[in-house]
Amino acid sequence: MNTDMNKASSELGLLSVMGATVRREMLLAFRNPGDVINPLMFFVIAVTLFPLSVGTDENFLSAIAPGVIWVTALLAVMLSMDSLFRADFEDGNLEQLLMSPQPLYFLLLAKIFSHWLVACLPIILLAPVLASMLFMSPEGMLPLVLSLLLGTPVLTLLGGIGMALTVGLSRSGLLLAVLILPLYVPVLVFGTGVVQAAINGTAFSGLLALLAALFALAVSLSPLAISAALKISIN
Amino acid sequence: MWQWLYKLGSPKWFYTIGNRVLPWLWGVTGLLLVVGIIWGLGFSPPDYQMGDNYRIIYLHVPAAGLMKGSFYMMALCSAALLIWKIKMADIVAKAVAPIGAMATLLMLVSGSLWGIPTWGTWWIWDARLTSSLLQFFIFVGIIALRSAIESRDSAAKACAVLTLVGLVNIPIIEYSVEWWNTLHQGASDLSLRDSSANPPEIWIPAFFTGFGFIGLFFIGLILRSQNEILLRERRSQWVKDLLLTDNAKADTESGINTNA
Repeated sequence: MNTDMNKASSELGLLSVMGATVRREMLLAFRNPGDVINPLMFFVIAVTLFPLSVGTDENFLSAIAPGVIWVTALLAVMLSMDSLFRADFEDGNLEQLLMSPQPLYFLLLAKIFSHWLVACLPIILLAPVLASMLFMSPEGMLPLVLSLLLGTPVLTLLGGIGMALTVGLSRSGLLLAVLILPLYVPVLVFGTGVVQAAINGTAFSGLLALLAALFALAVSLSPLAISAALKISIN
Repeated sequence: MWQWLYKLGSPKWFYTIGNRVLPWLWGVTGLLLVVGIIWGLGFSPPDYQMGDNYRIIYLHVPAAGLMKGSFYMMALCSAALLIWKIKMADIVAKAVAPIGAMATLLMLVSGSLWGIPTWGTWWIWDARLTSSLLQFFIFVGIIALRSAIESRDSAAKACAVLTLVGLVNIPIIEYSVEWWNTLHQGASDLSLRDSSANPPEIWIPAFFTGFGFIGLFFIGLILRSQNEILLRERRSQWVKDLLLTDNAKADTESGINTNA
């Protein structure tokens, strides 16, 4: 009976299973909109704190704008990671995922892609608005969006590793930050580098290519680390 | 060779071999450190620019070496744990982590103390300083993860995965920091970077302290691993026998007759 079921489900195409995973995650996100709204609100509120603390001098704000946007986006992504595996871990769905006959690698990619759609895409769309509120020069806008488009998936994938390692622990928020933030450094450096270069009027395509390389590396390697870590956490 | 490695994989053998190696290691390490430190601090000629300040190199460079070496050792142990499930590999990885963190901290502190007279500031956002600081954070993360997970087996494997992820990331982090640094400011010109420029009277003592630090590293590794072995194997017969014979020895030495 069980083997028949496995056979039946393994005959489903890989793409349709990945599609089903994405659909399920989207449905869950729309039924529980906190997963979409909270990271976004964190991003907006945290960016607002900067003018309130460092002053509203236009030159100063425009100088720190790329860094502020990137750091807050990075923290928002990191804080959103909890919803990637937590609920599935608590209701047992994660075990089902691990036991599924489909390759875990692609299922995890589908899950992470949907998490990125839910948590990161709204942030990326809102980033230019907040950047212009910080008086960032308009030449930086498109590079900012491009760098976030390439960088946030890497942050999500790396955060997925940290989340998979700590999902079994009851309070893992700060621990996740300690584990993951050092690994976020290259993305932050190249991401802000792209925007700074564009604002200074120098070529930034090379830096975008470096971000794309990080993206390729993260997509190909982190699902392996995530699946290893999940198997350890589920035990 | 393989036979020997195989034996080291058994905690009991590691414990006994460690006991046999330790006295020699203490002797050689002590000799290297005493010679290196006295020569380096007392007899090497002062640098024409930095005067006596440069002598902190005899502490700073070996610590930097240990920082790298500890992490590679942890990565090797992590791979050994995940691939061959060698228990001993996790014990060593756990023993090495705080040593690596302390070496990194020692390197940062000695570097900033060196920076005050030579650069005029104890901290600059130099590529090497920054990436060492990040390396320290990675060590801290691994130690924090191990202390957060209760089950020893899960903690071991989780730390191994994190160490390997860190291993892949460290060159990327170093490269990005290097790039970031050259963009934001002129690379600081450290005259000691080019070792060939220094006369042998300066680098031979560094050689001594360097190997002395490696000796200290292995002493720390063996002692901490032995502690961990005793703790983990406390219910096994050989540890009980060991403790009983040790107690008996102590008793006879202090003149107490247990039979009486």
